[in-house]
Amino acid sequence: MADSPSRIERPLSPHLSIYRPLFTMVMSIVHRITGGALYFGTVILVWWLLAAATSPGAYDLFSSIAGSWIGRLVLLGYTWALIHHALGGIRHFIWDFIHGFGAKERELMAKATLAGSIVLTVVVWIIGLALKG
Amino acid sequence: MVELALPKNSQITGGKSWPKPQGASKLTEFRIYRWNPDDGKNPSIDTYYVNREDCGPMVLDGLIYIKNKIDPTLTFRRSCREGVCGSCAMNIGGTNTLACTKGMDEVLVKGVVNVYPLPHMPVVKDLVPDLTRFYAQHASIEPWLQTDTAAPEKEWRQSKEDREQLDGLYECILCACCSTSCPSYWWNGDRYLGPAALLQANRWLKDSRDERTGDRLDNLEDPFRLYRCHTIMNCAQACPKGLNPAKAIAEIKKMMVERQI
Repeated sequence: MADSPSRIERPLSPHLSIYRPLFTMVMSIVHRITGGALYFGTVILVWWLLAAATSPGAYDLFSSIAGSWIGRLVLLGYTWALIHHALGGIRHFIWDFIHGFGAKERELMAKATLAGSIVLTVVVWIIGLALKG
Repeated sequence: MVELALPKNSQITGGKSWPKPQGASKLTEFRIYRWNPDDGKNPSIDTYYVNREDCGPMVLDGLIYIKNKIDPTLTFRRSCREGVCGSCAMNIGGTNTLACTKGMDEVLVKGVVNVYPLPHMPVVKDLVPDLTRFYAQHASIEPWLQTDTAAPEKEWRQSKEDREQLDGLYECILCACCSTSCPSYWWNGDRYLGPAALLQANRWLKDSRDERTGDRLDNLEDPFRLYRCHTIMNCAQACPKGLNPAKAIAEIKKMMVERQI
């Protein structure tokens, strides 16, 4: 090989584009995406706290933006991302104790994470809106 | 690094459709990745038709049929044809598996058997990937018994229970289905050892006769070598021997924590 005239540039075989998406794989990607989204969610949280500490005007500005339909949509997304990522964290915690690796268990845990995150998000918002009156 | 698109020289362009065998009443369509190092072209997808009345039921039977009867230039590895040697590992119907133990009818996607080389690997030709690095990673975990105690006169004894610790680990045939199914291995295969090498690492960590457990763990204590596993589980899904590399890796991570407390 070393004395062949020119090194052959080998192609890289296809990967993501040909691999059949598996549910646990997709859930792993979603766990990453929600984890990334939480950075932005935290910025919103900091803004809210800063606004509350600054002045009534600053707080009113935050409230009006957060209360708009776009603001609410973002907050809804943040709620879901937070809960989804937290439940995903519990899934990883269970794995750390060497449980839930079987084919059935891992599928079930992934499904429970997705369903749980949606249900809990709805519950949190129902409670939130009810408290707001 | 994460690179979603293939490099320019790796993008698939065109392909040839080979004539159907004559007089066949049942045909199965195969679409197969082709790359020839000698013609300077990009990879392509060729279409073949396998006469099912003249061919065994497995994907490997189909590939051998094509090579024997349609296109002798089709290149792939195979040997034992019964899931023991691991040579015919490839991506079939979107999942890594062995061509010899997978039935054609199990993997049809819209009636077609799609065959690619193992994902995210340098291609030697057609369905033959370059596994040099994969084997080097296996060598790096030092897959042999290491002891300080003088060797016994006859043999190293092991209790039945200790021997059972190796079940689910020793059966690995190093076919590379798991490692090349792992997105972490795709993006960081130069630094992350991958499921197959780590399953073997666990096999030697678990061996009651081995006396280098500490050194073995030291060798894996690294943000990439071990900890790039994010429990994505593609490995466990892909393994044609039904092993669970994800679990083996979790056991190593647990050992890392346990030795610190």
